[in-house]
Amino acid sequence: MQAKLSVVALSVAAAFALSACGEKEAPPAPVAAPAAPAAKPEVVVKLGHVAPMTGPQAHLGKDNESGAILAVEELNSQGLEIGGAKVKFELVSEDDQADPKQGTIVAQKLVDAKVNGIIGHLNSGTTIPASKLYFDAGMPQVSPSATNPKYTQQGFNTAFRVMANDIQQGKVLGEFAVKQGAKTVAIIDDRTAYGQGLADEFRKAAEAAGLKVVANEYTNDKATDFKAILTKIKSKKADLVFFGGMDAQGGPLVKQMKDLGIKAKFLGGDGVCTPEFMKLGGPAADGQYCSLPGMPLEQLAKGPEFKSKFTTKFGYEIQLYAPNVYDAVMVIADSMKRADSIEPAKYLPEIGKTNMEGVSGKIEFDEFGDLKGGAISVYQYQGGTLTYVETLGGAPAPAAEAPAAPAADAAAAPAAAVEEKK
Amino acid sequence: MKNWLNPKSMTGIALIAIALIVLPHVVGMGGQAWVRILNFAILYVFLALGLNIVVGFAGLLDLGYIAFYAVGAYTWALLASPHFGLHFPLWAILPIGALMACVFGVLLGSPTLKLRGDYLAIVTLGFGEIIRIFLNNLNSPVNITNGPQGITLIDPVRIGDFSFSGTTQIFGFALSGPQKYYYLLVALAILVIIINVRLQHSRIGRAWQAIREDEIAAKAVGINTRNIKLLAFAMGASFGGIAGGIFSAMQGFVSPESFSLIESIMVLAMVVLGGMGHIPGVILGAVLLTFLPEVLRYAVGPVQMALFGKILIDPESLRMLIFGLALVLVMRFKPAGLWPSPERSRELSDKPVEAVK
Amino acid sequence: MDIFLQQIINGLVQGSIYALVALGYTMVYGIMGLINFAHGEVVMIGALVSITVTSTLAAAGMPIGLAGLFGLVAAILVCMALGWSLERIAYRPLRGSPRLTPLITAIGMSIVLQNLAMIIWGRNYLTFPPLLPKVNFEVAGAHFTLVQVAIVLLSAAMMSGLVFLVYRTKLGMAMRATAQNPAVASLMGVNINRVIAAAFVVGSALAAVAGVMVGSYYEIAHYQMGFMLGLKAFTAAVLGGIGNLAGAMAGGVLLGVIEALGAGYIGDLTGGFLGSHYQDIFAFVVLIGVLMFKPSGLFGEKTGDRA
Repeated sequence: MQAKLSVVALSVAAAFALSACGEKEAPPAPVAAPAAPAAKPEVVVKLGHVAPMTGPQAHLGKDNESGAILAVEELNSQGLEIGGAKVKFELVSEDDQADPKQGTIVAQKLVDAKVNGIIGHLNSGTTIPASKLYFDAGMPQVSPSATNPKYTQQGFNTAFRVMANDIQQGKVLGEFAVKQGAKTVAIIDDRTAYGQGLADEFRKAAEAAGLKVVANEYTNDKATDFKAILTKIKSKKADLVFFGGMDAQGGPLVKQMKDLGIKAKFLGGDGVCTPEFMKLGGPAADGQYCSLPGMPLEQLAKGPEFKSKFTTKFGYEIQLYAPNVYDAVMVIADSMKRADSIEPAKYLPEIGKTNMEGVSGKIEFDEFGDLKGGAISVYQYQGGTLTYVETLGGAPAPAAEAPAAPAADAAAAPAAAVEEKK
Repeated sequence: MKNWLNPKSMTGIALIAIALIVLPHVVGMGGQAWVRILNFAILYVFLALGLNIVVGFAGLLDLGYIAFYAVGAYTWALLASPHFGLHFPLWAILPIGALMACVFGVLLGSPTLKLRGDYLAIVTLGFGEIIRIFLNNLNSPVNITNGPQGITLIDPVRIGDFSFSGTTQIFGFALSGPQKYYYLLVALAILVIIINVRLQHSRIGRAWQAIREDEIAAKAVGINTRNIKLLAFAMGASFGGIAGGIFSAMQGFVSPESFSLIESIMVLAMVVLGGMGHIPGVILGAVLLTFLPEVLRYAVGPVQMALFGKILIDPESLRMLIFGLALVLVMRFKPAGLWPSPERSRELSDKPVEAVK
Repeated sequence: MDIFLQQIINGLVQGSIYALVALGYTMVYGIMGLINFAHGEVVMIGALVSITVTSTLAAAGMPIGLAGLFGLVAAILVCMALGWSLERIAYRPLRGSPRLTPLITAIGMSIVLQNLAMIIWGRNYLTFPPLLPKVNFEVAGAHFTLVQVAIVLLSAAMMSGLVFLVYRTKLGMAMRATAQNPAVASLMGVNINRVIAAAFVVGSALAAVAGVMVGSYYEIAHYQMGFMLGLKAFTAAVLGGIGNLAGAMAGGVLLGVIEALGAGYIGDLTGGFLGSHYQDIFAFVVLIGVLMFKPSGLFGEKTGDRA
């Protein structure tokens, strides 16, 4: 009978210990002590930001977070007033480790913490499952970097993104490949939601444009050795190698291409358009092409200013999406201003009506939450820097589309064929 | 089985029951995220108990156990989502999921029958990886699993009109989605625990223990080691399959990334840390190892602030570091686990061995 | 067929690295019956230490080759110390405990080392400075670099060194005796503790060299590189017959070649159904196949009379 009682005691104790735990952890984010409150009531607006802060993409997560921090500080320095109170923005930063399971856990955490809006996540693989949680909670979510088309095809009226998606990106890259004079192409993807999605879109576009796909090879997002698949590609004599994946693999890949004496050119998406790619690829990265959503910072009205502000504040270069994160924060703030409320339920409808000039270009959303007129720019690595080549796709004015579908909640319709519009 | 009806046991059971009923609301005061974590803890309890059959009872070191979880999860996903357009009800899918997992258990177990010890470990590890990679790639030529994108918009558990996701009002009480799932999980857990306890004390259970202690002697006594081993794999797998199904429904989304080798290792750690072969110990191990990283996630930042006034070490790395240290320390000081079975602690202590029982 | 030779070369280089790491696993397992899950992390620490030392010295003006040598030596020393501490602190107190306990400890140490590395070296991928000049050779259509040649030669050298140690020295004899039967060996005057510590230390030294090799081959290193490598190396050790030195070496090289050939040819052989997306599991499939016919690995295991 001793065992019985000890079991009882243990479980009761455990229940109370857990409850004590739970209550102790209730306030999630450290609240920065506000400055001397003005006469007007001051209200704190918490914005959740999620990205992988550990793991192979941690450098991109940090980059995103920095963009958000910059935006929040600027907003705070403007001393905005919304709904009759001074607002102070605060960033609640979480790490999802690019793992979908972690993504849903931190999403739930943020929903519990009743933040006012979400910037994130970074990877499509985590953004998509988390978006369901945010939708169920009616919490607006603006992703600065999830390019997988599915994100906005789920019928969630809370899901938005501030850059072009992979359908547009793949298409542009396919056209660019043809323009470069390639006749045969080998496609490598890293078997992640992002890499596979992008590679599939590229394949569709390339085949439609008349390119012959001579090899489909695969790797994973933790690999460092690509010699086997590259050797195979070499034997198929492709003119161009397309890689759907991230810089952590792209860099070594391009290096090994050189080691093996492969003459083909390399083309990748936004995942490899980072300084990290150049660092990891070394001299082999020179002359390779990649694409980024939007226009180059230097050519945008507010671009150079943002760039210098960023590097001055943080002391390192922009990796990839920091401008888009900045814009995402601004979109939310702007919608709040227009709705004159920080309540998610009130400013959510305003997001769809956004029409502003962000750092990354004009921001307007279509009825699915995608960016209207999303342009994609192609760049080439030359002499250690990313040089702009050209911009394809996405006219500034929206092409005349058929749908009279109302902006707000679509029913949870299975993936509508959204591709053809852009 | 001991006599459950005497007053002492009844009060014990009543107290536990009350604690269990109240738990999600108490925990929920810290936020629904904690209820979610509690639900994950219960799912891991299923997994740990299942692995306990293979590793704890039968002594077969299985490092690829998470594959059965994956099978259960994908079975639910395929049968209850827009992917194939099928929407089977709960009472149909769970048994199918358990059955599929059993089948895979036998499939994975068969080649390992002649292997001993650590060869078994690496082969099962290999199987775990094989399943995961197949799940990640079976999207062409025929799209079965939708590859790395995973399957989304999976139906939640539904009984009639009552859906387990979203908040419902019952008797003026608001029950959130996670809380409803909690009750479902606890009910299933109780069932699973009872099955496990009965198995342990049955002829099959004793056969497993015989194989664990000395396989050759077991064969000599007439135990059909081949079938008993396969049964261990199958039964262990079935629990994983059930847990996988509920996981799928709860998350609304599955992708191969959730079923990696690290997960298998985690479940093994739960079994060993808790007390291999001892059901209460295993349950403790599962709950503890699920909560520890999450508690650390919340605590590491504030604790550093309190102690040092600033964040010295990045919380993310620190929390996993502490987790690893916890594993090492527990194993160092309690090699038989936190709550080993009485026989085991007798074995490992230095007291002279008296006649057993 | 010109890529056949290329794939073989790819596989050979990768396999030599696997072999070096597999030796560490097999030595420890042969003597202690323990799967040292943290071994992969020792390789990683070796790579990262050598990057730090080499880069610092090179930045201070030392010629890169010399800096690289210093880096290698530093890595070896650090890893030897690490291996010794692992054994002393984590594993020795657990001798005599249930079989799975040291396994969980090893897993715990693996997590600790990974996160320690992340804290010390950061999360980003670090670039390895090229230690050898970039010379490309071409033979019969297959390309290989000086680095690859160096790796294969160095691996072979280290493996011969190990064989010499184990079969021609007193320490080696003591190791073999302990592997066969620790109780009797200690009765014969062998200091078991010293022998076990030596096994860890030697294994860790090999791991350090492997780490530097991996680093210079791919020119990157980061805190998560040890896990997969360790896993594959362990698979290689099992493939060859665990506890068996020759087995580990053969298993490592074989594994590398299988992976390369598999990734290169399976796609064509199965008409695209099974292609390089499955390359990570070729090794396991082969392993399972081999074990079904030879349950103790290719060369049989040598772990003596332990139940």
